[in-house]
Amino acid sequence: METAILQAQKLGLEIEGKTILKDIDLSISKGEFVTITGPSGSGKSTLLQLVASMISPTSGDMLYKGKSINTYEPTAYRKEVSYCFQTANLFGETVTENLAFPYEIRKETFDKDRAIEALGSVGLSADYLDKKVTSLSGGEKQRIALIRNVLFLPEVLLLDEVTSALDAENRKAIGKTIRKLNKEKGVTILWVTHNTEEITEANRKIDIVDGQVKE
Amino acid sequence: MNNLEITNTSLILSSVLIIIALIVDYKEQLGLGKDIFIAAVRAVVQLFVIGYLLSYIFKLDNTIVTLAMVLFIIFNAAYNAAKRAEGIQHAFRISLIAIGVGTLISLAVLFVSGALMWTPSQIVPITGMIASNAMTAIGVGYRTMNSKFKDQRQQVLERLALGADVNQASTAIIRDSIKSAMAPSVDRTKTVGLVSLPGMMSGLMFAGVDPTAAIRYQIVVMFMLIATTGFSTMISSYMAYKSYFNNRKQLLS
Repeated sequence: METAILQAQKLGLEIEGKTILKDIDLSISKGEFVTITGPSGSGKSTLLQLVASMISPTSGDMLYKGKSINTYEPTAYRKEVSYCFQTANLFGETVTENLAFPYEIRKETFDKDRAIEALGSVGLSADYLDKKVTSLSGGEKQRIALIRNVLFLPEVLLLDEVTSALDAENRKAIGKTIRKLNKEKGVTILWVTHNTEEITEANRKIDIVDGQVKE
Repeated sequence: MNNLEITNTSLILSSVLIIIALIVDYKEQLGLGKDIFIAAVRAVVQLFVIGYLLSYIFKLDNTIVTLAMVLFIIFNAAYNAAKRAEGIQHAFRISLIAIGVGTLISLAVLFVSGALMWTPSQIVPITGMIASNAMTAIGVGYRTMNSKFKDQRQQVLERLALGADVNQASTAIIRDSIKSAMAPSVDRTKTVGLVSLPGMMSGLMFAGVDPTAAIRYQIVVMFMLIATTGFSTMISSYMAYKSYFNNRKQLLS
């Protein structure tokens, strides 16, 4: 049997005596497109942050390619399992600064043509490179944040309600890009969403209720 | 001729100035009366003690005693700087290294360039000036770092999520901390002579030194303070930012 790319083993998180997640058992295969749903406050975002190693569990373990994520160097792991926030808060002054950052941290030269191509894939022109981040709409910021995560293709893309604050047009543009990444590039997707259209796109749906999995 | 002697009577009469401050406090109901009184008493006691101590050290002119005084100043400065470092781990150790290295390098440059002589009456006051400026600058740096890690929390998290290392995620914050810590020194250097006549230069002129000779010392002091604040806050900032993260390179809440 093929080893799951991600596997949660009795994963739990308690903060100041309060149980946020309890005994999460979950197995995700490579190339799967999974949506995670559930009422707000049920622990969906927390689960994604645990998977991204942005926080650590208080019990259980999270495996990546069969090994505990604690055995990976955190920066190397996060380049492979990339987490995209609910509200994109672009940093620095310009869009270029944001798109050059993935190159900077890999000590590589910024590939402008690749950045322009990526902007095009989410319906934004090359002019956006020089735009100030403060002049962008929420939808534009979110699209730029998404390509910032995938300029170097990750193995797994973790999406935390990335379309919840967006209008139909922006939602469509982002949805299309995500489907393409999954179908054409084989990127495994874990997507926290409430949108029924987005849920039906997925080939698997997981419900988190009161910190536990209901599949 | 300059009369540098302040008699006990003059000293007591000048305490009228404290009474004025206490009257302001009483009239405006500031609630600072106790603090003003304690501050004034402390200042008198501390200065008298240090005055007699320095007079003894200057007369003794002993290298070990001078070095002990230098270390005492550096320790005190580090202790006070560390108080501003809410939540930063090992703040005393970091402050001690930053102030210690900054002070010793500045002293060494001044010593080698011939601007400073190895005599307690020069070494001790200069160390005090350097260390107190480094202490204030490091404190400002800590405060900036604390507030930036709160305000820019989301940006730091996004950088980490993209696979950045903790230093790559904190570059902008470290830079801002050093800048804000150095800004007062740079501003002071720009306006020196226009806004204020600095303490050292005033002191020398008070003691009858020709203003053109006094400015030479002041120029050296200004350069020395810019270098020390920059160097010390660079060390403290690069050592302090790490305490905002754990060993899994996660940003602590």
